[in-house]
Formats: sequence, structure tokens, C-alpha cells
Amino acid sequence: MVTILCSNGTASLASASSDASGLWIPVAELAQLGWELRPEGACRGDVCVPIPKARERDFVRDDTKAGRLFNLTELAALRRQPVARSERGDVFAIGEASDDRARLLRGGEAPDFALPDLAGRIHRLSEHRGKKVFLVSWASW
Amino acid sequence: MISVAFDSGGAAAAKPWIDLAKPTHPSLIDVEHRVAELYEMVNVPMAVWIDEAGRIVRPAEPSGASDGFRQMDRKTFALANEIMAEYGRRAQVYKDALRDWVRRGAASEHVFSAGDVASRTHGPSEADARAHACFALGRYLAQSGRSDEAQVCFAEAVRLAPENWSIRRQALWFESPEAPGGPKFWSAVDALGEQSYYRPVRMRGLDER
Repeated sequence: MVTILCSNGTASLASASSDASGLWIPVAELAQLGWELRPEGACRGDVCVPIPKARERDFVRDDTKAGRLFNLTELAALRRQPVARSERGDVFAIGEASDDRARLLRGGEAPDFALPDLAGRIHRLSEHRGKKVFLVSWASW
Repeated sequence: MISVAFDSGGAAAAKPWIDLAKPTHPSLIDVEHRVAELYEMVNVPMAVWIDEAGRIVRPAEPSGASDGFRQMDRKTFALANEIMAEYGRRAQVYKDALRDWVRRGAASEHVFSAGDVASRTHGPSEADARAHACFALGRYLAQSGRSDEAQVCFAEAVRLAPENWSIRRQALWFESPEAPGGPKFWSAVDALGEQSYYRPVRMRGLDER
């Protein structure tokens, strides 16, 4: 069992496993993380990341029990996403590529977010389009 | 106005303060520090000004806060009168600037051009992104009862992004929720030496003439 934390949520996959070469997910379970393996590469919706032909063995392998496996951390490395793994190798946090985010932020468009208030009601920044927004942080600590 | 609490302790941690402040604006809870990551808010309080079209006109900056707190009496939390007065003055300058923007919009002298927004946006760097991944892992481990492993992740996040006080202080909270602002916090602040805790604010009357 491996737990994967990423920007669109947390997924625990019973038949995922990790070793020194990476985090291996049964191809059939990739959908739980929003990915799909197609001939053109690893795809999320209409966007596909081509797998380098010469390095296919770093990304895909066949296991006699679990079937075809895909290396999620290798994909993260290809997309220049940061990965943090627990010492036991049972929890992985996969972040977003810093250069993509820096480019967006420097472009000046305010990234949208959705967060709850005390009552649990979700508010989105984009609901306030058409008004000026003063976005300010604080903390109890 | 939207306020966001960077509190991994969630509503339980933030509620007493929100109950006292009785805000009429959306007052949101950000357990993952998602807004901190998206907007490069490395500390609290920090603010971003966003115009009607969803464009950032002032990127993340300390909103009127300053390093005066470092002179605080660490037992009584008392601050000398002149430091209190300077705190009040800075807050007033910042609030006046905010009101000026609300009234005059793009004509306000406090609105940055697109070029200035770009040049005043720091990153995030690759190290910042890795720090947030380590913080996310640490948070999950801490909340799964694996405190020792969590502290290893937090230490790595702090090593990668030493200027990120939100991560540092949240890590101290996980370590001792009853006293996150204890001796460890103060020794980290003291270790800054001549370096500032709050980044300078590029505003006339504050840190820019």
C-alpha cells in the first residue's frame, strides 16, 4: 500500500509498490491519479507526455503478479516535478514543477484556489472576479 | 477582502481567533498552505492585491508588518513605546495605500506595472517547490501519528527554503502545539542576525522612498 499526495488530492493504492528505481503503479490504477497510458505516452485528458523510447524500461515493466506497472516518480522527474518520499517508501508527495508555476506567477494572473470557511463552505477566488481582492494571510501559531 | 489562515490544525486551531475578530469577509482555512505556495507567501501576515480582471497588481509582501517584534520582551510580550508607534505608523501607511487603490484603481501610485509585478515575483525556485513537497509529506506523516518521521521532512523543507517562515513555524506547531512560539522560534529569529524576518515593502513611506 502506497499513499500518494499531489495537488489534486490524496490517493492510497493497495497494489502500488516502491523500490530504489521508483514508485510502481499498476497501469489499470493510473486512472485513480488522473493518468492513462496510451501509445502516445502518459496522458491526462488531452495532454500527453511522450515516454522517451530509449528509456521505456525505466517507465514500464511487467510483473508476473501485478501485471503491467508504470513508474510514477520517473514521470514526475520527466515533468521536473519535485518528489518527497517517506523513509519507508510508503508515502510520496509529488509537487508541481517550479518553472511552470514561476512563469504563470510572473505573468501576473492570480492563480485560482478553493478553500473552506469555518462552516465548511467552499469559497473560490474566481467568484470575486469583477471586484478588487485584498488577499491576506494570517495564522494562529 | 479574503483572509486565509495557514493553519494545518484546521478550523479547531483558527476558530478562537476568527470568533474574536468576527470578520464580515470570507475567512478561509488553508491546512495545506496552498495559497502560501501559489502566491509565495512565505510568512504571515502577507498580502497580494488582485484587480477586477484577476491580475496581480502587487505580489506577496508583508502587509504593514515589520521586524520591530524582534525587540519584544520575550516573557511579557511588551514592546517599547517607540516600536509600538512605528508599528502603528507602518500599518497606517499600508492601509492608506490600500484605500487609495480601492478608490483610484489602476491610477493609484501603488499599483505596479506588469513588468514590475514580474520582476518583483521571486520564483518559486526548484528548492521552494521541493520544500513544499517535503512539507506536504511531513504534514501527512504528522497527522498519521508518525511525528519523528514528520520532523525529518520538515527539517528538509526548512533546509531547502530557510526564508519560508510559514513552513518553519507550522513545523514548530506540529512539534509542540501548545507553544509554537517558544525558545526554538526565538533562536531561529536570533540566528537571522542582520538579515530581516519580514521582507521589505516597496512602498513610499515604508521601505522605499
